[in-house]
Amino acid sequence: MRVLAPLAFLVLLAAAVAVPGLFTAVDPLAADPAAALAPPGGAHWLGSDHLGRDVLARVVYGARHSISIGVAATGLAVTAGVLLGLAAGLSPRWLDEALARSFDTLSTLPELLLALLVVAIAGPGTGSVIFAIAVAQVPTYARVVRAQTFVVRRSGYVEQAVTFGRSRAAIVAGHVLPNVLGAIPVLATIGLGTAVIATSGLSFLGMGPQPPAAEWGSMLSEARNYLRVAWWQALFPGAAITLTVICLTVTGRRMQRRFEGRTP
Amino acid sequence: MTVSAAPPLLRTLVAVEDLRVRFGRAEVVRGVSLAVRAGECVAVVGESGSGKSVTARSLLGLAGPGSTVTAGSFRIGGRDALRFGQADWRRLRGRFAGLVLQDALVSLDPLRTVAAEIAEVLAVHDVVPRARRRDRVLELLASAGVPDPEARAGQRPHELSGGLRQRVLIASAIAADPELIIADEPTTALDVTVQAQILRLLAERKAAGTALLLISHDLAVVASIADRILVMKDGRVVEEGPADEVLSDPRHPYTRTLLAAVPSAASRGTRLSAPGTPVPPRPVTDVQVLAGTGLTRAYGTRKAVDGVSFSLREGETLGVVGESGSGKTTLARLALGLLEPDDGRVTLLGRPWSGMPERARRPLRSRVQLVSQDPLGSFDPRHTVGRLVAEPLGLPRRERRDRVLDLLERVGLPPELAARHPRELSGGQRQRVAIARALGPRPDVLICDEPVSALDVSVQAQVLDLLADLQAEYGTAMLFISHDLGVVHHVSHRVLVMKDGRAVEEGEAGQVLTRPAHPYTRALVAAVPKLGSAQRNASPSKSPEERHSSMNRK
Repeated sequence: MRVLAPLAFLVLLAAAVAVPGLFTAVDPLAADPAAALAPPGGAHWLGSDHLGRDVLARVVYGARHSISIGVAATGLAVTAGVLLGLAAGLSPRWLDEALARSFDTLSTLPELLLALLVVAIAGPGTGSVIFAIAVAQVPTYARVVRAQTFVVRRSGYVEQAVTFGRSRAAIVAGHVLPNVLGAIPVLATIGLGTAVIATSGLSFLGMGPQPPAAEWGSMLSEARNYLRVAWWQALFPGAAITLTVICLTVTGRRMQRRFEGRTP
Repeated sequence: MTVSAAPPLLRTLVAVEDLRVRFGRAEVVRGVSLAVRAGECVAVVGESGSGKSVTARSLLGLAGPGSTVTAGSFRIGGRDALRFGQADWRRLRGRFAGLVLQDALVSLDPLRTVAAEIAEVLAVHDVVPRARRRDRVLELLASAGVPDPEARAGQRPHELSGGLRQRVLIASAIAADPELIIADEPTTALDVTVQAQILRLLAERKAAGTALLLISHDLAVVASIADRILVMKDGRVVEEGPADEVLSDPRHPYTRTLLAAVPSAASRGTRLSAPGTPVPPRPVTDVQVLAGTGLTRAYGTRKAVDGVSFSLREGETLGVVGESGSGKTTLARLALGLLEPDDGRVTLLGRPWSGMPERARRPLRSRVQLVSQDPLGSFDPRHTVGRLVAEPLGLPRRERRDRVLDLLERVGLPPELAARHPRELSGGQRQRVAIARALGPRPDVLICDEPVSALDVSVQAQVLDLLADLQAEYGTAMLFISHDLGVVHHVSHRVLVMKDGRAVEEGEAGQVLTRPAHPYTRALVAAVPKLGSAQRNASPSKSPEERHSSMNRK
């Protein structure tokens, strides 16, 4: 049970992203001022918000925004991180030093702060949130890939491939890249959790998808004003964020343990 | 051997009957009986997986997590060890019995100085008052043969050489003046001259009355020091007796195989895995395939290779010997064109090989291939055996498969292995895969860098036989690098001796290794433990009883 619960939740989440209609028949944007701030019960299982929209439907449809922004940002960060890390690891020393120091510099700034800075420059919206989170996360991946590239580059099998007369490009494509990528799925799973928090954080501050779109962070933001009378409006999107991040982190750590156990 | 047979004067320090150790369902020690008396050295010899280390560690209650140890009777230090709890074992370790392990770098705490390491033993067992501990530590270091103990005491393990680390470990093992020393492969990672010093040190302790239980895979190492030898195989003792008898007149076929598998001058031209059978002739032509002249390569200010010249003819094996740090591997990398010489040049098949852009070198790359000490490290961890062997071939997919199976067959591996990952193979099989891979492009030169030093003696014998067969068949020239003089003597036509980056002596193998001209070569040759020395020590005029009594006097 302990093993399966986080994975089961992630599967449900993926289903909610893909086919939200499975979980609720209600339109997340349908307002009903007459039924505003209704407590959880018959008509609205998880209650309704200040405009009378169904909280359950908004949490379910909100998964699509929060998760897809997180996934897109992580994908972008991984791609850029792998390319930059590999480039640094294979470059002549001066270029490597320059790249490595810039990764270090970026890493000194808290990810969310860096993302905020990028959004402040690029302006609010889904696209710029993705870009901002990706920029903030690139150094994590780039540093791991760079370090791994060094290890693989000096390994016996790369040296052996040189003695076979294989070209540099063939060695990078055939040996270096595949062996460097090993730890990336693990890192990306944990990184996705961070990206989801960052997405919600930025939306909470109004930088993300604009109203009336349902997004967990912006739902929390709207719920702030009604906390005293309608706890459900804040509790459920908050719980969705927390559970998602916990499940992603637990799953990532578990993968990490297995991965490290397998390779000595 | 039974405990009751021991002469009454000798104190039996540890005696175990029918020792069995299980890990889960696997029984790794299956009924071993042994006893060690004061002033005696008992050696347990066997290959990896024979259960020799587990046996030794069980004697100190250190068989490891998940183990179940049982014994018919088990007495240590005059007490019944079968009733021991953790506290009893702890009191025993260090004080009564010191343990010396193989890898001193792992066994010593990297964050502690040498002095702290040894002082801990003194403190735990309260051997000397606190005020005198420092003096005692220095005494111990000196008695373990550590030069300049004052300076060394303040250093940490990584600042010391392998030999010094091993001495520190011995110093901490003898710190509480134990009556029994258990040494598990104490010299395996060391150079021959250092090994000789460590063995001398252990022999001194023995002469002083300490009992010694020595674990080794190397019969030659124990020959010089052991009074009794137990040969283990698959968790059982297959042969035991006085050292000279076991070595000169082995009764069990396994002991005979082990002894025959040791490469030496005497084994030249014969198969190690099938004693008495000659290897096919390996003719040498006059065609020079690889040559280096005046090669120099420095790392920082230290010259790893300093003005070394060599030449290698078709079908010839040039053995390169030297101790760690002598520049052997740097020379191999220069020959492989993986490293550019600072000075001097390498020619391959009469064409320039060093000082060329990599692009120009690439077409000739397949002519020189490498077999390294650590085959696993030279394999891409994601690839199967089949894919690994195919990599240097560069053939179309269909032909590739047949050629891979053909190569595997040639090195004596079944075709099923092609689908397996190297991790699932044994050390010997991995080295065969490495050889198959190196032979794939039909190279003119094979560079073997310590190709057998990670292997057990019987597996080493098979690999050396295989290399000899392949050389006879293909006429491949070999640059054979090894720290093991016996191995080099067995395989080489000619030998190059290296010290501190320089070639101190070169010539025909028999000449260099039996009548060395240079003092360093003489020192190397003298330091090699010889199987024959046990026979010489026990002079034939003595009757077995006399031998027994001389052994017992200690």
